Amino acid sequence: MNAEIRPVKTAAEIGLADLFAAARSDLPGGSSTEAVRSDAFDRFAAQGLPHSRVEAWKYTDLRRLVRDAKPLASRPDAAAKSAAGGAGAVFAGLDVRRLMIVDGAFVPELSDLAALEAGVAIRATVEALGAEEMPLPFGMAGTDPVAALNTALAGDGVVITVAADVVVERPIHLVFVTTSAAPAAMFTRSRLELGSRASLTLVETHEGPDRSDYQVNAALQVDVGDKASLDHIKITGEGAAALHVATLEASVGAGANYREFGFTTGGAVVRNQLFLRIAGQGTVANVHQASLLSGRQHVDTTLVIDHAAAGSQSREVFKAVVDDEARAVFQGRITVQPGAQQTDARMMARALLLSDEAVANCKPELEIFADDVQCGHGTTTGALDDQLKFYLMARGIPEKEAEALLIQAFVGEVIDAVVRDDLREALSQTMFAWLKGRE
Amino acid sequence: MTALLEIRGLKAEIDGRQILNGLDLTVNKGEIHAIMGPNGAGKSTLSYVLSGKPGYEITGGEVFFNGEDLLAMGPDERAAKGLFLAFQYPLEIPGVATLTFLRTALNAQRKKRGEEELSSPDVLKRVRELAKQLSIDPEMLKRPLNVGFSGGEKKRNETLQMALLEPKLCVLDETDSGLDIDALRIVADGVNRLRAADRGMIVITHYQRLLDYIVPDVVHVLSAGRIVKTGGKELALELEATGYAQYQSEAA
Repeated sequence: MNAEIRPVKTAAEIGLADLFAAARSDLPGGSSTEAVRSDAFDRFAAQGLPHSRVEAWKYTDLRRLVRDAKPLASRPDAAAKSAAGGAGAVFAGLDVRRLMIVDGAFVPELSDLAALEAGVAIRATVEALGAEEMPLPFGMAGTDPVAALNTALAGDGVVITVAADVVVERPIHLVFVTTSAAPAAMFTRSRLELGSRASLTLVETHEGPDRSDYQVNAALQVDVGDKASLDHIKITGEGAAALHVATLEASVGAGANYREFGFTTGGAVVRNQLFLRIAGQGTVANVHQASLLSGRQHVDTTLVIDHAAAGSQSREVFKAVVDDEARAVFQGRITVQPGAQQTDARMMARALLLSDEAVANCKPELEIFADDVQCGHGTTTGALDDQLKFYLMARGIPEKEAEALLIQAFVGEVIDAVVRDDLREALSQTMFAWLKGRE
Repeated sequence: MTALLEIRGLKAEIDGRQILNGLDLTVNKGEIHAIMGPNGAGKSTLSYVLSGKPGYEITGGEVFFNGEDLLAMGPDERAAKGLFLAFQYPLEIPGVATLTFLRTALNAQRKKRGEEELSSPDVLKRVRELAKQLSIDPEMLKRPLNVGFSGGEKKRNETLQMALLEPKLCVLDETDSGLDIDALRIVADGVNRLRAADRGMIVITHYQRLLDYIVPDVVHVLSAGRIVKTGGKELALELEATGYAQYQSEAA
């Protein structure tokens, strides 16, 4: 590593150091956790906030985008809890188990913990850390400064374990909601352990008030056992001024089925980084992401997928619809380890620009160390096809509606990857609502 | 009586190239007009200018549709007023199911006309009936619009749209291109079913063959952006025998 000399710290970096110094003694966990946090903060401090000269953050310069550090959110009071009630409305009416994380804290009394399926355990991160039963360090994401910051400051979240052979029919919905009008920072850490041959659908939604420039640093670690099946759906629908940086680190066992779906419509600055290791043979992993952006939104999706075992397949499809002066960033790196023969990995990133000022940055990379693999990637960036639009208009469909139909068709390919009808329908409705907002 | 379509001295250009050069044409309700002409005469341009395709600049003349200024309307408005262009090359739209497209188009037009929108089952029922008449497999309606359709299927799909939308003026742009004789017959039958006393049609074609099936009342020869000859249906046969050479030299 080439150590960089960084004599000048930004206000945000100084603020974060103060934040950690003040909070460290109150953060959950015993002495070993404390040591992990301290190490992680040192790693962050050595690098500072990532900026455009850091390759993994090339298009998302947090040094520039994050002006200050916000105080840690206080645990939700009665008013906050009552304000949180309507959150997660995207999946309202569906039979899902709602777990509420309000202002960064898991709130059991607002959560549906009744009649837990046999073999399913759910508890708060503070509790698991307090019992020294939850490892905080990251693996693949370990060198990332934002992930390190999460490790240092992780407050609460949810820990879910599903025992081997347990098929959970009812999806679990993690409802992350920020209620406070005063801008605050939330560092959440959650964990999912899915046993061998177990099956689960995990849904996450993130939202908050439009007028507050609150900051979310959320992390989720996932361990998918051999022959297990996981559908993970995340909707980033943060408030219009919010900063949302999220790290997903997943390790997927042999013969497993992992379907990752991300849908981003909200937040001023969003970075969703996914670190996915295919650790076992014969696994199928699909990552589908859609972003619908307007105004001056900046949304970065960065995926690192590491094929560490032979005979696995991965498919990555990223679509961004970018209006106004918004910017969509997609970075994807597929690594195929020397032993991972017969890997079949394909990545496609497509951006649809709806205005002259909209921007899309795509950076796909392949790193292949095995000689018998099929890997490919492609990117396209373009505007709506005028010919297609004319065809629709010539049939009487007004311009905005014709555009909506074409955008819908563009995004539809990604949404179609969601297996469950009820969730897919809810996502379609979210897309329609966004399109409606353009009219 | 107001003509269904009245074109007076229409001039249009694209990319600075003049294509229509003072075109006059009047189509009354109940009439079928064939427009024939050599390649490059401006046949497709006429169809695009009538339907409002962006990119064409109108440099002269007027067009009235049922007495209203057609050129002042957007493409969607023209369609809602009853103008339909059957495309020479129907476009493929991945991700938009044919049925969704048909329903959206029909209801958009009805809405613009102040009519009540139809429910999905009602639209489906109508579409199914029409599909049957045109030998269109109902499964095709679920597929993305025109994606993977054969040339014949695309043209049948255009005819289906036309039948569903019940336009006042149908403009058929080289509907026969890319069709074998069986497909041509199915499409022509579909078009003939739409012949009505209150509906007009403009059938644009290079070859006389189509006019054996869709028999016109009037045949026009278009050359260098103008109508250079008008006659009865026998004019089409004459053209088939003599070719377009005389008109091209006349225009030049």
